Amino acid sequence: MRGREDEWTGLMRSAMAGDDAAYHRLLKAVTPVLRAAARRGLARAGQPPDQAEDIVQEILLAVHLKRHTWDSEAPFAPWLFAIGRNKLIDMLRRRGRRIFVNIDDFAETLPGEVPQETVSAGEVASQLNTLPQRQRDVLQSIAVDSTSIKDTAAKYAMSEGAVRVALHRGLAALTAKLRDQ
Amino acid sequence: MDTDQLIRTLAADNAHRPPRVGAVLTMALLVAAPLSILIFATFLGVRHDVMSAMHNPFFDMKFAVTLSLAIPAIIVSLHLSRPEALLRGWGWLLLLPVGLLAVAIGSEAMMAPAMPMTMRLMGKNSRVCLFAIPAMSLPLLAGALFGLRHGAPSHPALAGALAGLVSAGLAATLYASHCTDDSPLFVATWYTLATALVTAIGALVGAKVLRY
Repeated sequence: MRGREDEWTGLMRSAMAGDDAAYHRLLKAVTPVLRAAARRGLARAGQPPDQAEDIVQEILLAVHLKRHTWDSEAPFAPWLFAIGRNKLIDMLRRRGRRIFVNIDDFAETLPGEVPQETVSAGEVASQLNTLPQRQRDVLQSIAVDSTSIKDTAAKYAMSEGAVRVALHRGLAALTAKLRDQ
Repeated sequence: MDTDQLIRTLAADNAHRPPRVGAVLTMALLVAAPLSILIFATFLGVRHDVMSAMHNPFFDMKFAVTLSLAIPAIIVSLHLSRPEALLRGWGWLLLLPVGLLAVAIGSEAMMAPAMPMTMRLMGKNSRVCLFAIPAMSLPLLAGALFGLRHGAPSHPALAGALAGLVSAGLAATLYASHCTDDSPLFVATWYTLATALVTAIGALVGAKVLRY
């Protein structure tokens, strides 16, 4: 466990220094752990596990938009799990459930076995449709069609800078909609 | 959108570098401060005997108390803008103004009283104090909340209360230069009441706007 968490911290440091590939690797690495923790938390609250993927996606969005609050001298895992707990609590509250979040759900020592399958999540996808046209086009192009920023810019006759702005604003708007729904 | 697609999209946005919370909070307070100073200059102003008042240690003590609230509150609010942060180990910083006031009240009690205690406590400006500090706090409170929105506090109401302490501490620093009541008893009573009001507003608004 220690080794894995040190690896995460190292990847996040590289990511913050501008290494996009390290960032991608980090998000891929934490996702199954978050998914397992979200399932445990839902099970404890007596909720079906099919919302776990929505929670995972909300956590990932929050990690992304708040990564400047991570102190690069501190280990990454406690910061990540704190966001995970908050997002799980938010989700249960929205469902009107009494909150029984055990901090062990997002604890720092987790069993090795983690479910690997990607379950579809509905909330991000449905909120995507409520975004302004341009942000939606850019997000669709990059996320769903896995087009690069450069090719997306060419496709919509935008500058790369404008694509980057639309991408970031789209992610921020998506997060706000999920939070306030 | 499945999770792998989302991850790819987030990685594509990694070039976006948000500023630190401290930088945003500082900017927001600097933008808000002129509004509070405008309220101060329009309705209050510095007291006329300020030159002689500066020789009175209890006048100077008011600024020590208000700044020992505002500055630690800024530090603690920035700490709490990190999701994994706890108040534990940091909360004692917020007791600094309480300790200073206790020392000041103790020293005043040991001196020959110029006025009876109730007169020192009630002062001449209690009502102005109760209105002026919250009024000057409001622009600063809005600024502090805006700045802290950039963070990710796990306890939004607590972070909002801290924003209230920041703004009340700064507003009270302005107010202290206007008010002719220098007794620590007056400060402990009326400044505290005004600060509690602003802190409560901060907690209520923070609970709504500081969720991330």
